[in-house]
Amino acid sequence: MASGLTMAVVERIMGIIDIPLRRWQKATGQTGMASFFLLPNMAVFGVFVLIPFVINFIYSMTGGAQIFLDERRYVGMQQYREIFSCGNYLDPNSCVQDGFWTAVQNTALFVVLQVILLIVLSLVTALILNREIIGRSFWRAVFFFPVLLSPVVTGLIWRWILQRQGLLNFILYEWFGAEPFNWLTDRTTAFMATIGVTIWAHMGFYTLILLAGLQAIPKDLYEAAQMDGTSRSRVFWRITLPLLMPNLIVVLVLALIRAVQVFDEAFVLTGGGPGTSTMYIVQYIYEMGFASELRNPGLAAAASILMGAVLVVLTLMQMAASRRNEKKGER
Amino acid sequence: MSAISRFIFRRRGGDGWHWTDIVTWVWLIGGLIIMFGPAVWLTLSSFKSPAALSKFPPTVLPYVTQEVKVEGFDKPLPLYEVTLPDGTTAKLVEKRRVGIVAQMIDPKNPSTVYKININNRKPVDMIEFATENYTEPFIQFDFLRYLWNSVFVTVMATIITLAINSMAAFALSKYKFRGQSLILIIIVGTLMVPLGVIMVPLYSIVSALGLFNNLWGVILPTVATPTGVFLLRQYMLTIPDELIDAARMDKASEWQIYWRIVLPLATPALAVLAIFSVVWRWNDFLWPLIVLSRSSLYTLQVGLNVYAGQLNVQWQYILAMTVVTMIPVVLVFVFLQKFITRGIATSGLK
Repeated sequence: MASGLTMAVVERIMGIIDIPLRRWQKATGQTGMASFFLLPNMAVFGVFVLIPFVINFIYSMTGGAQIFLDERRYVGMQQYREIFSCGNYLDPNSCVQDGFWTAVQNTALFVVLQVILLIVLSLVTALILNREIIGRSFWRAVFFFPVLLSPVVTGLIWRWILQRQGLLNFILYEWFGAEPFNWLTDRTTAFMATIGVTIWAHMGFYTLILLAGLQAIPKDLYEAAQMDGTSRSRVFWRITLPLLMPNLIVVLVLALIRAVQVFDEAFVLTGGGPGTSTMYIVQYIYEMGFASELRNPGLAAAASILMGAVLVVLTLMQMAASRRNEKKGER
Repeated sequence: MSAISRFIFRRRGGDGWHWTDIVTWVWLIGGLIIMFGPAVWLTLSSFKSPAALSKFPPTVLPYVTQEVKVEGFDKPLPLYEVTLPDGTTAKLVEKRRVGIVAQMIDPKNPSTVYKININNRKPVDMIEFATENYTEPFIQFDFLRYLWNSVFVTVMATIITLAINSMAAFALSKYKFRGQSLILIIIVGTLMVPLGVIMVPLYSIVSALGLFNNLWGVILPTVATPTGVFLLRQYMLTIPDELIDAARMDKASEWQIYWRIVLPLATPALAVLAIFSVVWRWNDFLWPLIVLSRSSLYTLQVGLNVYAGQLNVQWQYILAMTVVTMIPVVLVFVFLQKFITRGIATSGLK
């Protein structure tokens, strides 16, 4: 009943919209209608994506703590010069903007470790889910579940487990008699925790893509290999891996793009600490842009442009990889 | 029965277990524990009283010390199982405690006072779910407000996303016009522009439009998602043009063609986008954190993080609120898991 009523209301609204549109259509023809259909999306997109994208460059060339562009003064390339004035790029303390380079260093280490572990774990899971196991869709769902959780929920779940009185310490205490340890206040373990938690949260997504790739490999190839008595490791290295390579590359680049932007889970889990050990580049931009004590939006914009440049390179790689995929599909 | 177990445990190498069979089941069961365990643990913990939460080692179920009402005392007193000096055991309640000596009485006979070393007694526990963890935040914090803000943002953003993305996708898939390919290139090109890159100028634009500390400032910047346009366009390309030509013959206006023919036919793609949009918006964190500084406007995610970041974290409430935040997504997961996984596997969208 209720849905019938809503349908009638929707019908009515759409009918009312139609009246002026018919006039418009008469005046401009079908092509004019195309611009009408595009307009709302393009307007929102333009105001909230394209314009910010362009003025980000202007921002990066202005100085001061004011956020509005007309209250900021032009400083040219000074922000970039400051960012890049370092005694030794590997030692953040030798840089004028040591916070930026600390964040870059943390992010780089995070990206390398997280992506390698993530890909290996996703690949193993996908291979296992591709076997003839009972209830495959159930198991697939198991590994996919955390993907949908919000970063805040993920962060809080793990903060609860990794705290001093948490579950992890309890398990270690019960099984190994280990003393309780505060995992999130030690530099190394806090850093490893952000890696582990982000893998936990995103692994299912990559597993799914790899599983789709595995299932697209023609079964007769495996049957032929079995007939020839090919060993299983040989089948893996000679059939599975080469045929999965395009998917693996896409997954690799997607994982890289995501890892460079690590923020939410890590921020809720550790807040960037202890010290600056889990301060990643997006958090640096966020704090430079919006934390009132050390605010310098120009510097934040410059940092974001540098991050954007890295992402553009990665995106181009991804596009090239998926284009190669499509070509392979056509063949 | 044996046929079933043979089916469940069928193996690659005929008889006997190949090492890969063992790895498979260890991996799957381990995955089950690691992927579900933390959320289950959080949910179990959310029913514990503050006293039970601070206990180490923790218990799986929420226990509280049983309390007994004794005549002559205003408050109920905690019940203990006590080993008396003569070796017998009894159930006594604690009246007072001085250092390590507890003054205990028998609830049935309150006149005699036993002085017991606290090492010789154990609290009598019973399972009790601390539901006040769930009811209190509604009164103490603005929890209902956050919930409402989150629902408002999610629903509005999803409706607008579907409306304007489907319109744009319709224009890009069913019309030929100048600049079409340019628009497509721009859309594909910005597919990967993350918020982190443009958040500083976006903030100033949102403020300039008067949308700072306004839920619309959270909703609008993300509704024109290129991912949505792209997904819907790819789907609409598969709708035959003949259908549209036939409608035009019948004097249907372009608007009618859009919402009477194309939209209903694109329902599967719209459904996928709707699910994703709901999950994205519900889970949004960084942008609401930037735009909303007034606490009455916080979404659940921002409110939760702010409370969890306070020095004196009241974990019992945080845990309960986290569980509530998790519920919609878990429901989506349970009922729509198939659509989501298919959507990801076919479009690589997330």
